[in-house]
Amino acid sequence: MNTISPDRSGPLALFSQRLEGVAGAERQQAVAALQRVGLPSRRVEAWKYTALRALGQTSLAAPAATYDVMAARAVLDDVLAAQDTLAGLPRLVFVNGRHAPELSVLSEAIKVTFFVDTLRFGTAAAPDRDPLVALNTALAEDGAQMQVEAGVDAGALLLLSIGLGGQDSTFSFHPRHAVVLEAGARLALLCVQAGQGAYFHNPVTDISVGNGAALEHVTLQLEGDAAVSLGTVYANVAGEGVYDSFALGVDGLLLRHEVHARLGASRAAVHVNGVQRLGATQVGDMTSVITHAAPDCISRQTVRNVLDGHARGVFQGKVLVEQIAQKTDGYQMNQALLLSPDAEIDAKPELEIYADDVRCSHGATVGALDDEQLFYLRSRGVPEAQARQMLIEAFLDETLALIAHEGAQALCRAMLARKGGVGASA
Amino acid sequence: MPVATETKEAVEKLGQSTYKWGFETDIEMDLAPKGLNEDIIRLISSRKEEPGWMLEWRLAAFRTWQSMEDPKWAKVSYPPIDYQDIHYYAAPRSKAGPKSLDEVDPALLKTYEKLGIPLHEQALLAGVEPGEGERLPVAVDAVFDSVSVATTFRKTLAEAGVIFCPISEAIREHPDLVRRYLGSVVPAGDNFYSALNSAVFTDGSFVYVPKGVRCPMELSTYFRINARNTGQFERTLIVVEEGASVSYLEGCTAPMRDENQLHAAVVELVAMDDASIKYSTVQNWYPGDEEGRGGIYNFVTKRGACRGARSKISWTQVETGSAITWKYPSCILQGEGSVGEFYSVAVTNNCQQADTGTKMIHLGRNTRSTIIAKTISAGRSDSTYRGLVRVQPKASGARNFTQCDSLLIGDKCGAHTVPYIECRNMAARVEHEATTSKISEDQLFYCRQRGLSEEDAVGLIVNGFCRDVLKELPMEFAVEAQKLLQISLEGSVG
Repeated sequence: MNTISPDRSGPLALFSQRLEGVAGAERQQAVAALQRVGLPSRRVEAWKYTALRALGQTSLAAPAATYDVMAARAVLDDVLAAQDTLAGLPRLVFVNGRHAPELSVLSEAIKVTFFVDTLRFGTAAAPDRDPLVALNTALAEDGAQMQVEAGVDAGALLLLSIGLGGQDSTFSFHPRHAVVLEAGARLALLCVQAGQGAYFHNPVTDISVGNGAALEHVTLQLEGDAAVSLGTVYANVAGEGVYDSFALGVDGLLLRHEVHARLGASRAAVHVNGVQRLGATQVGDMTSVITHAAPDCISRQTVRNVLDGHARGVFQGKVLVEQIAQKTDGYQMNQALLLSPDAEIDAKPELEIYADDVRCSHGATVGALDDEQLFYLRSRGVPEAQARQMLIEAFLDETLALIAHEGAQALCRAMLARKGGVGASA
Repeated sequence: MPVATETKEAVEKLGQSTYKWGFETDIEMDLAPKGLNEDIIRLISSRKEEPGWMLEWRLAAFRTWQSMEDPKWAKVSYPPIDYQDIHYYAAPRSKAGPKSLDEVDPALLKTYEKLGIPLHEQALLAGVEPGEGERLPVAVDAVFDSVSVATTFRKTLAEAGVIFCPISEAIREHPDLVRRYLGSVVPAGDNFYSALNSAVFTDGSFVYVPKGVRCPMELSTYFRINARNTGQFERTLIVVEEGASVSYLEGCTAPMRDENQLHAAVVELVAMDDASIKYSTVQNWYPGDEEGRGGIYNFVTKRGACRGARSKISWTQVETGSAITWKYPSCILQGEGSVGEFYSVAVTNNCQQADTGTKMIHLGRNTRSTIIAKTISAGRSDSTYRGLVRVQPKASGARNFTQCDSLLIGDKCGAHTVPYIECRNMAARVEHEATTSKISEDQLFYCRQRGLSEEDAVGLIVNGFCRDVLKELPMEFAVEAQKLLQISLEGSVG
């Protein structure tokens, strides 16, 4: 195996020690792909607005085999406390990338196996398409492989990933999750990524939604304040299937939620919605590629950003309509509210269309809080801080309302309310 | 339905030939040997009788160019270009530059007649429809391959204080002005093609409008590539002083050829306080045949700097030609309250590829920009709108509105929209909207029901689709552009 020289491969050198020791054809292939292309710099179009500098300078080791049970339990309790129906849900808990059975509660409706046992990588997430997926393939420690049988409504499942880092980033974990919904199955998957301190979390989730099946996938990024979290989701949706996703970016130093959704047969639907509420020097990136590969499909996307302090929000959304995908209906909307003079939004909504009988549109807006609306509220005696808060909430409310699962929606609102205090820090 | 009738007539007149500008003029040419090196640049510079500083500038650009790679990010594909297989200088052979129209080779004037350019001053008003009353004439600078062959109405313009001449002449006659502004908007090293252009540009137009002068007539340039294997690298520089204004039209054609020809122009605009520049282009370079053979590679850098407060630069373009278009007319909105506009219609048919759009860089306070881009794809073509709106931290009160609409005709073409929005100021407002659709069955049915043929109906609907842009064009151009749209889309329906 070739070694990776630090000067040539940039941030990839942080993983060189771990990459040297990988075994197995798939993993070695991934290492070879990484050696070819390295980890993306900002010269790579898909990473134009997001730099991996935040990964730091020190080598990142594998997570330790044991963890601080008290600390993990505290994070779990904290998440459960945010919304009262959560405690009653079945849950899978991972700490520093490894399954923690003692914290998990299983459900009968969902068949679960673990990556550590099966070493199954799945097919949707090909390592050579995305260097971070290759990195995950090379280093994946564990992950949950969830399957719902045909026609079963499995209700909701909480997939909680806890990262317990120190002051400086010393380790990384690369969970490899998979979700398979057979024909007509239903599941609401609540992925909560929570933690403390510094670490690098690089999950890959490989999703297959069968004929007429419906997956609701809500991801909350509530990572440690110095953590880097770069998640990639691949979702393949079959005929009349629905993949309804929502991502909330709140805590972490650098967050990226990347969704590749493919509408593979007619009358499938995909929603890729999201909200980013960032402050201080946070960078949050929502990137998506929605591929219409069959006729008569629908895709909808609404992403809203509220940016404060020196935060930078990134939105890259591409809708690709293949020649076969006639009668496509695609809509994409990205809006940003800048609360501070130093906040920044970079947006790139993109349409790539090869079929003529389609209706596709996108929109993007950027602006500050409306002075007239503020004046209206203040003239009715609402103090300024409260008026601002009301307007921010109103801005986000419409998007949050898109989350169909009530518990998940309430959880997102609760987490945003906790973050609400940041508004004053500008 | 006057528009439809008009376009129909235009098409009928054309008969079978889809590209009526595809003739070649047989005149004596003065050609530099193929290839690019410092000697060629010295040759160009000496042919142009340029001062030493200009040669140095060119050589510096050439050295920069050698260290650069051609850009690969645009959504166009073409085989690698052999830059050593091009003539970088081609000029109609004549005596030391024409002093008046009489000295211009009559074969050349015929060419322009065929193009329908009103080069003869007395013929200028011929194209004006009756009943419209007094119309201002248009001053024309005609560029044939590498050199400017004729500039009209120079006396009238000189009386108003406006300088309108070939840039090679401006380098000799007005060196201070040229030296001050050349490369100040598009530096030589800005990109691969601007570096190439800076090294080898052979001609183009220079316009200087002094303080407070409203240019008494529209200025126009017609570019034509004629000789085989030549590259055309023209350079246009327009400087408009405080309170002055000018409207400038640009038209382009080339003969039909099997091989591809390279066109890499640079256009620089400078607008001072309260100045305004309107730059309109109807680009109809030879697009290649139905199988995608031949055609012009149009790799152009156009940029305007709104340096002064309340200055305004408006780009209007109708792009129907070229095998490949790579073009992003931009505005740098520096002056407080300055305004940038971009109105574009891009039509691709057969195997054409177009990657075009604009950049609006908001630097100053209360700067405003509007982008209206209409893209029409037919046949097996690909068309991309690529735009950047950037609001820098000091641009408080900046405002942008962008609208991109794409129309697809047939299921073998592609239409793409890639806007970049970068906002670093909370007191700015940026709005972007884009749609992609086909011609609606309802609209087609409505037109057909009233007796229009399918082709006419499509022409009518397309003209309606482009109306927001076409209405920004000066009158003569608007008519021509409408016809062009119809011709470009010929055979794409049914």
